[in-house]
Amino acid sequence: MNHLRRHGWLLATLAVALSLPQLAALCGQDFYVSFASRLLIWALLASSLNLLVGMGGMVSLGHAAYFGAGAYVVGILSVEAPGWSSALLVWPLAVALSALLAVVIGAVCLRTRGVYFIMITLAFAQMLFYIFTSLTPYGGDDGLSLAKRLTLPGLAMAGDATFYYVVLAIFAACLTALGRLQASRFGRVLAGIKDNEERMESLGYATFRFKLVAYIIAGALAGLAGALMANQNAFVSPNMMSWNESGIALVMVILGGLGSLWGGLAGAAAFLVLEEVLTGFTTHWQIVLGLILLAVVFFAPRGIAGLFAKQP
Amino acid sequence: MSEILLETRALRKRYGGLVATDSVSLAVHRGECHALIGPNGAGKSTLIAQLAGALVPDAGSIHFAGQNITGFSAHRRAALGFARSFQITSLLPNFTVLENLALAVQSVSGSSFRFWRAVNDETELFERAREILRSVGLEDVATRPVGSLGHGEHRQLELALALATRPQLLLLDEPMAGIGPEESERMVALIAGLKGRYTLLLVEHDMDAVFRLADRVSVLLAGRVIATGTAAEIRANGEVRRAYLGEEENA
Repeated sequence: MNHLRRHGWLLATLAVALSLPQLAALCGQDFYVSFASRLLIWALLASSLNLLVGMGGMVSLGHAAYFGAGAYVVGILSVEAPGWSSALLVWPLAVALSALLAVVIGAVCLRTRGVYFIMITLAFAQMLFYIFTSLTPYGGDDGLSLAKRLTLPGLAMAGDATFYYVVLAIFAACLTALGRLQASRFGRVLAGIKDNEERMESLGYATFRFKLVAYIIAGALAGLAGALMANQNAFVSPNMMSWNESGIALVMVILGGLGSLWGGLAGAAAFLVLEEVLTGFTTHWQIVLGLILLAVVFFAPRGIAGLFAKQP
Repeated sequence: MSEILLETRALRKRYGGLVATDSVSLAVHRGECHALIGPNGAGKSTLIAQLAGALVPDAGSIHFAGQNITGFSAHRRAALGFARSFQITSLLPNFTVLENLALAVQSVSGSSFRFWRAVNDETELFERAREILRSVGLEDVATRPVGSLGHGEHRQLELALALATRPQLLLLDEPMAGIGPEESERMVALIAGLKGRYTLLLVEHDMDAVFRLADRVSVLLAGRVIATGTAAEIRANGEVRRAYLGEEENA
């Protein structure tokens, strides 16, 4: 029964996702196609953060650093190497450089735990934020506009619907990989570290290495999300790596469900739809968001995804 | 004289003016059950923390299977075959009993940097885990979440986790702590069954258990080892009686 229900939800979600551009066209609201692309990109960012926070117990308040780094790889290359127009070249580069950044920052941050980890990840992200704010060749704090989207062979990427399907495919692939990871040996070790790191050490696990690898994967996926967002908006700015964005990603994770595979998507959807609906009524929509967040923490600690999951 | 598996040489640790470990030289022979006793405040916990790699000694060295492991982290010691059970129960509370064991077995069954294949498909991990659960008498609660077990079962699982890492030496930190007489009896029988197959370093307050299990006993007092010998020798030792056993009898 639960099995059926879960598959039902999965199929329904997939059906809506696949037919979204047609539905939007039917309603005459093409705006919702790019809204859905942004939602999926946020979902990817939140899912990568969920790997850290929900699966690994590493609460980072600086995850937007990698989001911004991935975006700036796209932005800076569009200025310095306008000939590099293929997404097949630029996106992997954005992923690789974000991963490299995560190696360096992670190796330092992961020497700390708890509140100190929160503070030091925040500090690194803010440092990058200020560096890019003062990088005047690349727009400084005004940001940088991109002339056009990167290309993929055989696809008209300029079309919002096409771009949406590309983002959807990437998100689905990443979520599948995260699902495999969660159930794999590595995922179990990560869950064990979250539960009791000292015990895992004494069982012979080099916990630092496992946490660092998780941190690098999360950074790489966030960088991919950033690169996609740069293409979606045709714009990058230092704000993408501000603590505000890190905070939003964290709110999405908590809202959607800490540690659950669908938490990032559920949280991003809830957050962005709420924002979209509530800003129509009041500019103080975040008051309502705050109340909802409180309700989730108190009454549904496993988040929105937890409401759909099988009961423990 | 049999081979020495674990040895400390003039180990020293001080906190300000307090010398918690005062040139402790201890030798645990391969295959023996060596008990470490001492009254509260004698420095047992500090010594164990240094043996397990949680504390760095100020001076002296620790050797295991012929290697100097003084600077080794806890996980490197574990990888060499140095397992421990914790005095204060330290398990994975959000996992089931079987999952706890499977994760312990996994640590000695090849690389855990595998990201794709589901652990639940690796039946050999779970078979081995069930085997160990049977050997400590926990097979009936295998699928229960750890949080739902009683304290005595927690102590058994502590021991099972240590066993699952295929250790050469088991450091048992007060395995009888806080359990009733009946469960205590079961634990003594369990540990007695391990004798000969593993080298045991047993830290325990229960004198009755110590004298029944230990081949040799070392007595720690004020950071120093004041005597090492067989149970009979320790019982007969005047200094030990005055310093420790007498105090227990008066209490």
